[in-house]
Parts: sequence; structure tokens; C-alpha cells
Amino acid sequence: MGCAGFGVAEKEIAMLKRVHFNKTWLPFMLVAPQIAITLIFFIWPATQAVYQSFLIEDAFGLSTEFVWFENFQYLFTDEIYLNSFGRTIFFSAAVAFISMSSALVLAGFADRVIRGATTYRTLLIWPYAIAPVLAGALWVFMFNPTLGILPYFLDFFGYDWNHYLNGGQAMLLVILAAAWKQIAYNFLFYLAAMQSIPRSIIEAGAIDGARPIRRFWTLVFPLISPTTFFLLVINAVYAFFETFGIVHAVTQGGPANATTILVYKVYNDGFVGLDLGGSAAQSVILMIMVIFMTIIQFRFLERKVQY
Amino acid sequence: MATISLKDLVKNYGKVEVLHHVEGEFQDGEFIVIVGPSGCGKSTLLRMVAGLETVTSGEIYIGDKMVNQLEPADRDIAMVFQNYALYPHMSVRENMAYGLKLRKFSKDDIERRVNEAATILEIQDYLDRKPRQLSGGQRQRVAMGRAIVRDPQVFLFDEPLSNLDAKLRVQMRLEIKKLQRKLGVTSIYVTHDQVEAMTLGDRLMVLNAGYVEQFGTPIDLYEKPASVFVAGFIGSPSMNFLPAKLTNSHIELENGHKIPTSSAQQGDAIFGVRPEHMVVDDNGPIEVKTELCEQLGANTLVHGRLNKCETSVVASIQGHWDYEPGSILRFNVTPENHHLFDSKTEKRLES
Repeated sequence: MGCAGFGVAEKEIAMLKRVHFNKTWLPFMLVAPQIAITLIFFIWPATQAVYQSFLIEDAFGLSTEFVWFENFQYLFTDEIYLNSFGRTIFFSAAVAFISMSSALVLAGFADRVIRGATTYRTLLIWPYAIAPVLAGALWVFMFNPTLGILPYFLDFFGYDWNHYLNGGQAMLLVILAAAWKQIAYNFLFYLAAMQSIPRSIIEAGAIDGARPIRRFWTLVFPLISPTTFFLLVINAVYAFFETFGIVHAVTQGGPANATTILVYKVYNDGFVGLDLGGSAAQSVILMIMVIFMTIIQFRFLERKVQY
Repeated sequence: MATISLKDLVKNYGKVEVLHHVEGEFQDGEFIVIVGPSGCGKSTLLRMVAGLETVTSGEIYIGDKMVNQLEPADRDIAMVFQNYALYPHMSVRENMAYGLKLRKFSKDDIERRVNEAATILEIQDYLDRKPRQLSGGQRQRVAMGRAIVRDPQVFLFDEPLSNLDAKLRVQMRLEIKKLQRKLGVTSIYVTHDQVEAMTLGDRLMVLNAGYVEQFGTPIDLYEKPASVFVAGFIGSPSMNFLPAKLTNSHIELENGHKIPTSSAQQGDAIFGVRPEHMVVDDNGPIEVKTELCEQLGANTLVHGRLNKCETSVVASIQGHWDYEPGSILRFNVTPENHHLFDSKTEKRLES
């Protein structure tokens, strides 16, 4: 913007575009409710968590002591916590992979469906509207070792399903439930991304000699890679922080902590174990991770999409 | 290299028939232009040849092979799209090599063919750029390059120049023509621009609302348009159509003036005259009340109405002229430039 005249013209345009309020308090009034909500439900609890993470409370809750980073130091030497950390990473990776790949396949088909496309899409979107706890309850019913339909069928193949005893099975069940719920969301984004690819590019591929599967991997998949990256971040955030309801309904972190992911451990240590300081420290760590992921998202995704 | 034949080709979208029994025999190496206004079915026809649209009934042959059921990939064709349809995530080189790789050409062969095509189209310097780093004209060349590297039997062009500015369009038009001559590949080119059609095509197929109005050389279409539609579509400015009555070897215009004709036909007719065939003649039978003159440099377009009538008339006369609005001009037209059409069917009346 070396030219002064240009700068002036741009300023004038900017002024024209802006709506003018004579009273300056109106815009503040309009954003006040949102600011109030943010302050009361986000900022204040967050600062409380940070403050509490520096405190240790005695067993009876009668006195607290300010201990700086002792809670954090303890966490990073605690094998249970470190295990939970590893488990969470595995859990998130599995949820992201399963839900994104299923959504990709479904969207790939939906993109080709001509008849009944709306019905197909609507049905695929429904799971997203279900609350996590209900989704969990649904899967618990289906997989209940004594009542569930699926263990009944698995029994025919000589497979004994009991996620109350088998940690691996419990983990699998939680992963499936969490992934299933996220498929709808991923599906929507993938479908939109696929439909924004110009038809003629796919047609050019067909004329160039690429069959549908080949076209998908060499043309469609690379062209929707910005969406894949976006969903990767979103799914990681989801698996890390929004799966509490599912875990709580399905396994309650058990058996033997096999499904205690970080966000569940915060609840468990704080409200069941009543170690408020330790729990707060864990939630501060989670908070730092959310901030980190949000930064990644903004840095890499808010940029203009480039291939 | 191949001939193409379309036999009784019909296309339906649902219950609506959009192409009606199209017939055509295209010779090996011929440049065929399909021309018509938007919505006439010309792109649909091209896409059927490409295999991107199904055939409702009828047959398409490329060479002597019936291709109705073949995938686009198996038809040995290449297509240049209106929006170029370059793969945005691939470099120019990769764009051109894509089809070759899929057809399992050797690495050296791919390299050689891409470089050859790039040299012909003068895009050697851009081979490592992405499409978004190219101008419209350059993208157009890459799209052409992608078509020629595979050395297909048939080129299909779907309005490839409509996204370019006027000057570049003229230039690319010439280049496409030259390239097609050089390679000798049978080509079908779809456009709505009659100038493009006239200059490019060995033969033109004029489509109107899914019907083939006429199929012939550009000069055929110009000199002997088969219908009012073709007559009006080919040539610029377009032909004047004057309601007339045919009586005893005369054409009687609305205002009663008579023009001698060799036609033996009788009854109501449409008399067609191209603006460039109107010659100023003080004794001429066509009396025009002028409204406006457009001076184009080499010639002047005189717009007016047939005297005492509402029918508008355009004449293109050599040199600079400027007539006062309302002045009366008389024109003559030599008999070989008369066009007579049936007033009901709008088909050409042969004398």
C-alpha cells in the first residue's frame, strides 16, 4: 500500500461500510450477554482452576495450603496419570481414525447417490443430535454381556464379550461409541468438501483414464485435504474433552482404569477421590492443551486454502 | 485418427427429450463445430460422445467401434473443458502426465511426450508451476497440452475459449485451428459464438432446441441457410427478414413494393437479405426510413425500418455515411443474394 491516494480511498470505503451508531453504549449492550456468559462460565472457573491447582487440601477439607507447582510435579511422576495420558492419546487417535475414515467412505458414496440423496444424508446426520450420555447408554444396552444383542451374536462365534471384566473390550466399546457419534459431523464436512470440487475436474480424470477408486485417491482426497486437517484437529479436541459423557455412561473409567482417559480422571480424582488440587492441576493441563490445539487450528486453517 | 458417426441419437432428461434424433457422419481428421444458442443441447451432445452422459437411444461410433457402453477412459478421446478443469494440486507437468501415468507409459516416454507437447504450446517455462500461478491463456494451453500428450483419436472442445478476453480468444482460435491441422486429429468443438464456428470448422452442425437445423460447410451455411434460424444465426449483423408475398415471379413487400425473382413459388413467404448485400440504389425496391447510423470505420451500419412499416432493417454499406434520422434510402439486392423461406415452416424455399 505504497500509494497514499489508495490508502485514503480505502479508508473512505471502510467508513462507508461501517454502520454508525450515534450512542456508543448500544454496541456494548448488544455484546454484554455474551461477555457475561463468557466471564461467569468460562473465565471465572478457569481462573479458579488455576488457583486451586496451586493448593493442597487436607483429608477433611478443613484447611488448604499453597504449594506452588507441587500438584503438577506429583502428576508427572504419577504412573497412573502418565498411563492415562498415553491411553488418551491412543483413544483419540483411534476415535479420529475410525470416525473420519467411516465418514469419508459414507460421504464418498453420498456424493455419488442421486436418488434419495436427501433421505440418506438426513439419516446420516441424526447421530450428531444425540447427547453423549444417551449415545453411551445405547451402546451399553447393545453390548451388555447378559442382555445385549451383540454379545449374544458374538457368542455364536465362540467369542466371549464382557467389557465389565476385559479392559481391551471396554476400551474398544468406548472408542466405537465415541467414534460413532462423531461420524455424522465428519460426514457433513466431507460431503460439503466433495461437493465443492468442480464436476469437470472429476470428469477430466475420468477421460484421462482414472477409475472411480483411482479418482478418489488421486483427485478427490488431495483436494479435500484441508478439510481432513480441520477435522483431525476437531476430532482430537472432541476425543480429548467431549467424551466424558460417553465414558461415564459406558464404563465409568473401568475396569481397573482401563478406560480412564484424562477428562474422566479429572472428574474421578476431583469428585470421587476428592483430591481437588490434583484434579485442578489436571484440568489446567487439559486447558493448556485446548489452547494449543486452538492455536494450531487458527494458524493453519484460517489461512486461505492452498493446495 | 478416426471417423465418428452419430446414428439416430436421442437424449432424455426424465421425460423431457432434449436431443431429437441427431444424425452425423464426421470424417477422419475433420474439424466439426457444433454451434447453437445456449440450451440447444450442444454440450449434451459433446458429453455423450465423451461418455460423460448416457445415451437414451441411438448409437455413437468412434472408428468402427460402437462406444455407447464404453467408459470415457476407454474411448481414446481427450477433452478440453470450458473452465479448463486442471487438477489444482498438481503442477503443469503432473497435469499433463496424469493420463499417461494411468495408461502405464514408461517414465522416459512420459517425459518425452510432455516436453514435446509443452514445446508445441510454448509452455516449457511453466512446467513446474501450479495452475493457480498461471494466467487464463496459459491455463488454456495447459488444458490443450493435457489433451494432446495422449495422442488420442478424437479431441473434444467444450467452449474452451469463452473464459478468455476478446483478443486472446482470436489468437487462441487461430492456434487451435493450426494445431488441429498439424495433428490431423478428428475434433468436435462446441461453441455458441458463430464467428468462432465459421472460422474454425470444416463443417458446422447448427443445433436449435435439440434439432439439427443444418449440417454443412461454413460457406454452405452462409450462402444457402436451410432455415430462418440458421440464416439469422450465421453472419453478423444478422440477416434481415421481411414478410413478403410471392406472386408471379415477384416478391411483394409489406409496403407494396415489388422485387423480381426467379422463384416459381406462390403465397406467403419470408424474404431474407443479409445487411452486407444491401446496395444503395436510387431506383431500388427496398425503401428504408433511417433511424440510426453506426460508423464502424470500414463500413457503416444503417439501422432503419421498411418505409411505412414496423419491420426493422439493417444495411451494411462501405465507407463512412451519416444519414439524418428519418431520411429515406433505397436499396437493391442482386437475385443471387435473395433468400426465401416458407412463412410457416421457416424452411428455405428452393427456387
